[in-house]
Amino acid sequence: MKFDTPAGQNPIDQGRVIGIPHDRIDGAAKVTGTAPYAYERHDAAPNAAYGWIVGSAIAKGRIAAMDLRAAEASPGVLGIVTHANAGKLTKGSMNTAHLLGGPQIEHYEQALALVVADTFENARAAAALVRIDYAPEDGKFDLAAERLNGVIPPQGFGGPADTKAGDFDGAFASAAVKLEQTYTTPDQSHAMMEPHASIAAWNGDKLTLWTSNQMIAWGVGDMAKTLGIPKENVRLVSPYIGGGFGSKLFLRADALLAALGARQVGRPVKVAIARPQIPNNTTHRPATIQRIRIGADKDGVIDAIAHEVWSGDLPGGGPETAAQQTRLLYRGDNRLTAHRLVTLNLPEGNAMRAPGEAVGLLALEVAMDELAEACGVDPVELRIRNDVQYDPEAGPQRPFSSRKLVECLRAGADRFGWSKRNPRPGQVRDGRWLVGMGMASAFRNNLTEKSGARIGVDGQGRVIVETDMTDIGTGSYTIIAQTAAEMLGVDLDQVTVRLGDSRFPVSSGSGGQWGANSSTAGVYAAAMALRAKLAEKAGYPADQAQFDDGLVRLGNQSQPLAALAGGQGLWAEDSMEYGDLDKRYAQATFGAHFCEVGVDMDTAEVRVRRMGGAFAAGRILNPKSARSQVIGAMTMGVGAALMEALDVDTRFGFFVNHDMAEYQVPVHADIPDQDVLFIEELDDKSSPMKAKGVGELGICGAGAAVANAIYNATGIRLRDYPLTLDKLLKAQAA
Amino acid sequence: MKPFTYERATSVEAAARAAASVQGARFIAGGTNLLDLMKLQIETPTHLVDVNRLGLDRIEKTEEGGLRIGALVRNTDLAADATVRRDYAVLSRALVAGASGQLRNKATTAGNLLQRTRCPYFYDTRMPCNKRKPGSGCGAMKGVSRSLAILGVSDACIAQHPSDMAVAMRLLDAQVDTVDATGARRAIPIADFHLLPGDTPHKETVLKAGEIITSVTLPGPIGGTHVYRKVRDRASYAFALVSVAAIFGKDGTARFAFGGIGAKPWRTAEGDAAAAQGAQAVAEATLAGARTTHDNDFKRPLVEKTLASLYRQQEARA
Repeated sequence: MKFDTPAGQNPIDQGRVIGIPHDRIDGAAKVTGTAPYAYERHDAAPNAAYGWIVGSAIAKGRIAAMDLRAAEASPGVLGIVTHANAGKLTKGSMNTAHLLGGPQIEHYEQALALVVADTFENARAAAALVRIDYAPEDGKFDLAAERLNGVIPPQGFGGPADTKAGDFDGAFASAAVKLEQTYTTPDQSHAMMEPHASIAAWNGDKLTLWTSNQMIAWGVGDMAKTLGIPKENVRLVSPYIGGGFGSKLFLRADALLAALGARQVGRPVKVAIARPQIPNNTTHRPATIQRIRIGADKDGVIDAIAHEVWSGDLPGGGPETAAQQTRLLYRGDNRLTAHRLVTLNLPEGNAMRAPGEAVGLLALEVAMDELAEACGVDPVELRIRNDVQYDPEAGPQRPFSSRKLVECLRAGADRFGWSKRNPRPGQVRDGRWLVGMGMASAFRNNLTEKSGARIGVDGQGRVIVETDMTDIGTGSYTIIAQTAAEMLGVDLDQVTVRLGDSRFPVSSGSGGQWGANSSTAGVYAAAMALRAKLAEKAGYPADQAQFDDGLVRLGNQSQPLAALAGGQGLWAEDSMEYGDLDKRYAQATFGAHFCEVGVDMDTAEVRVRRMGGAFAAGRILNPKSARSQVIGAMTMGVGAALMEALDVDTRFGFFVNHDMAEYQVPVHADIPDQDVLFIEELDDKSSPMKAKGVGELGICGAGAAVANAIYNATGIRLRDYPLTLDKLLKAQAA
Repeated sequence: MKPFTYERATSVEAAARAAASVQGARFIAGGTNLLDLMKLQIETPTHLVDVNRLGLDRIEKTEEGGLRIGALVRNTDLAADATVRRDYAVLSRALVAGASGQLRNKATTAGNLLQRTRCPYFYDTRMPCNKRKPGSGCGAMKGVSRSLAILGVSDACIAQHPSDMAVAMRLLDAQVDTVDATGARRAIPIADFHLLPGDTPHKETVLKAGEIITSVTLPGPIGGTHVYRKVRDRASYAFALVSVAAIFGKDGTARFAFGGIGAKPWRTAEGDAAAAQGAQAVAEATLAGARTTHDNDFKRPLVEKTLASLYRQQEARA
């Protein structure tokens, strides 16, 4: 099915199951420990041996010599995989660095060997006996120092590196109010709950991999490419995933090394990347330096806006596209955005929840707060004045498919009690706490991806959906079941959903907050095909048949689905693909974040007191799991604002705080009441679901609202994230 | 983790003898720190002597009016003890400021005193660290050092002592009671228990091989207002950037001990003597000889500001 004209009335609009808050249908299995995760698939791969990864102790250079004798002689060791014996490996198309390094070493903790043994403990003990002599080379590890060496990066997910409209320089020079500031954000780690983990088993030349991966088809493709085997010989199974946030979009070392280890020792092998290895072995969100210039009239109406971003990555890598939102969020006839990429020999930078906007808004939305103050305009009002209903780079001929930013700002401000904010900073006290309020707009692009599904009805009238879509904790199982139930007129508990298996039709996968809308649209397409088959079997015209109560109806006639399906069941498969509606219309999700913080008047400790937000993201398929997505993302925004940073040792070239004790993310005590309001919206140009995504929208702008609240509380403007107390104390003393 | 042998000791004396007789033996109680370090091969004991069944889990009054806390009393139980909460509230408050509920359920009184630094270079075996590998150098001094110590440090090591409980014990003038393999007993004032790094940062306490802590004894209660203030980046489950344990007396006297800033739990006579002159004076006296890095020089003003906060609260109470 192709979606190339705006959706009209369709069965989803009934809103019988879709749009109603539902508990997760996989919730009970998860909380009772009966949902099996990759590393626990002893049932599927009995007798698995254990692999332990040996990571590089240097950031750049070569292996001079490798001595495996002691490790090989260690108790229980079955084999050791290294570059020397792994056979020819081709780097996956989604990988920047090789997943198995050697003799060249591209980054610290890059896997150089996998020690396979009969037990986990034996593998780990033997791994410590692998002796590697290194020939280190000088590397580049300091983004700020390399900034001037930035080059124009290749085009990736974020569109072109540079965009321009009008005459920025001229308009900025003549603007009544000028703002120019530089903001920095640090490297961040996904810190998802489940580490990367895989079990691999070979049957002849066919590989089965039980793994934790957000994008099944990408994983199959890159595994086949890396090993040089046909895709048909690779099966990936990933039905349950303990969080990803982008860290599991790609084939990673656990999966490849499990496959290589299993091939070498002739039995299944399981590999998890240990928590202290994750930050340096896998991907991370790259640090940025962002320069923002805004020229406005004295009322704050923007005429000129520029956002330039510097980030670093390994050779062949990509930029952090932090200027993305600035192309679309606010008005202004004269604008430019630019991304520059420097070469750094740190571990691989890549996507983390809302790549681009999550850190771009940490800068832009603080700049807007600064502009509001400079113009003496309320921050909410400033954003309303600068709303634009079309793509401001393209002009009015490219309107937004739907854009309710102003509605979000107004409703969010009202619910939060924004009118009670004292616009003069440093005025409100509660005991030892300086109290402040801040806000920020939320913006995240809406992406649609081709997605397929297979759907059937069995002889009992049960509906079964199969797609390689993944549920990374987001609630995919439930919204897919809701979609199927809505389309075929059955109750939710009549639907079985099977996900995350490469034998199922290829879906959008989970990434870029496209998963909910795209994967359910794929189920919609398959369900339309099945409805046609059922109607035909019933002898009803497909366009007049009604589906409800487990029946197909035409006027007063009806037939049960179960009877029509018969003993064999009836199946249909289709996918949804997209025309050029995303070219003709700018598509994005919007919101407004509000935050109240307390800052200790002595120690400058910052604690969030309450948060609230209003969001417009098309049809909200399951308000309960959507809310969970948003509050989780808001929590991550608090982390980005207040504590999360991978500390770079620029001498050795690695992230120093590489465990969960030292890489701090918020704990329960850091997160107070969070209020989420969804603004009613249907986006008929996004998909037949009329939905968009919310999984990333909630982090976009959340941290900036915290930063702006700190300013309102203290009068101190920090522009270097995370906003820790040492920086506040230094600014206070200066 | 390296292979090791294991035995469960049945008496204190047997435990001490077992530990003294095997080179590289270690006691294990809660294991909340030792097991993590063993997994990373930072600790590589050849033999573990499990002391969990030695019965050292009672809290009892001493004849001198103090409190004897068994070495195996879990942090959760100690924090909840009615006498501790009434007479030594600073200890209870320090305990609940540390770690997480699960860890406190396992961690013991003696083990808490012996926990090792959280310096990230200590935790990565590929990095230089004089504490982990004597003579290999210090990765932290010119590296990432925001969390590390500014007092009692040396050219060899700037690791911080991470305990909250030990700071309160230092404030309360606890003594550490031990038995060695010969049956000899010692009562070690807590001020003397931890060693400064000097040029041997791998030596952290005065305990000899096989010497086992049987209890920690507190002197009689001294009254006053007990406060434990822990400053950190997040609200829970984080080590202190700076922590202050304080007891304010009714007569204007006070005593202070500090966490997060010292190579060991930090307390000075000069700091206590300056109590009547206020936060700035106490901070100045305490910080005499402090050595900071670019990353951790904020701890200097933070000590004073944390003290100022406590003084203000104390004034509000009075």
